[in-house]
Amino acid sequence: MEKTEKIPLKKILLICSKASIEDVYAALVMGNGAVMEGIETKLFFTFFGLDAITKKTMNKLHTATTGNPGMRMPGGLPFPTMLGGLPGVEAGVSAMMRKQMDALDIPPVDEFLELITAGGGEIYACKLAMDMFKLTKEDLHDEVKAVITVGDLYEMCDGPGTQIVFT
Amino acid sequence: MSIKTIAGVDINVNDEGYMEDASQWTKEIAKEIAKEEGVELSDKHFEVIEFVRGKVAAGEGLTIRGIGKSGVVNAKEFYALFPGAPLKKATKISGVPKPTSCI
Repeated sequence: MEKTEKIPLKKILLICSKASIEDVYAALVMGNGAVMEGIETKLFFTFFGLDAITKKTMNKLHTATTGNPGMRMPGGLPFPTMLGGLPGVEAGVSAMMRKQMDALDIPPVDEFLELITAGGGEIYACKLAMDMFKLTKEDLHDEVKAVITVGDLYEMCDGPGTQIVFT
Repeated sequence: MSIKTIAGVDINVNDEGYMEDASQWTKEIAKEIAKEEGVELSDKHFEVIEFVRGKVAAGEGLTIRGIGKSGVVNAKEFYALFPGAPLKKATKISGVPKPTSCI
């Protein structure tokens, strides 16, 4: 039988390009989980994902209440799309979601970033998206290590046992 | 389940080396397990171990966030004390089950 060598995951790069609670937290939970396992971890935020590392927006993320077939009323009833479009509904639902996450000991975004960097994880912002949204490094949370190009990102992907995940 | 002799005592451990009976734990056993994990235990380590064992005894879940807010150590210090996979290492050395937390 052919002998296959298993290469454990040594390094992971997580790319987050969206600003919804579920997309950002998918990246944060996976990133923090990797740090907890002793895996070298880098998170790269681009496009709307920049909201997650921008001081002004990071702790006020929303989830979409329209165009989201997974959305339910409390109790599990379907959530009418028309209702989701009413003013304030998305903000209210999002606030409720953040509150429920807090109850499960899931930290707010800024604290989550601090937890990741405390364990040696690194946070990066995409230069091109920063230019597009007219953001500067000062707009970003202090835990962001650098604003980098896509070339810089690929340079970080060296070595066996490295994976890139796009959320 | 298997039996492993640690610090001269027969201990019940699972496949991953976690102790199955927290009451069998002693400081000597902790030092032995720590050595296997590449950690030299200091007084600060034992403060964390005490906190971890207390939390588990109280039936509460363990997270790095919780340990970082314990007042014993912050998250960064916790990572420094148990390098690599701190929650796994700290629980193993503390003689408590492997945590099931994702955060």
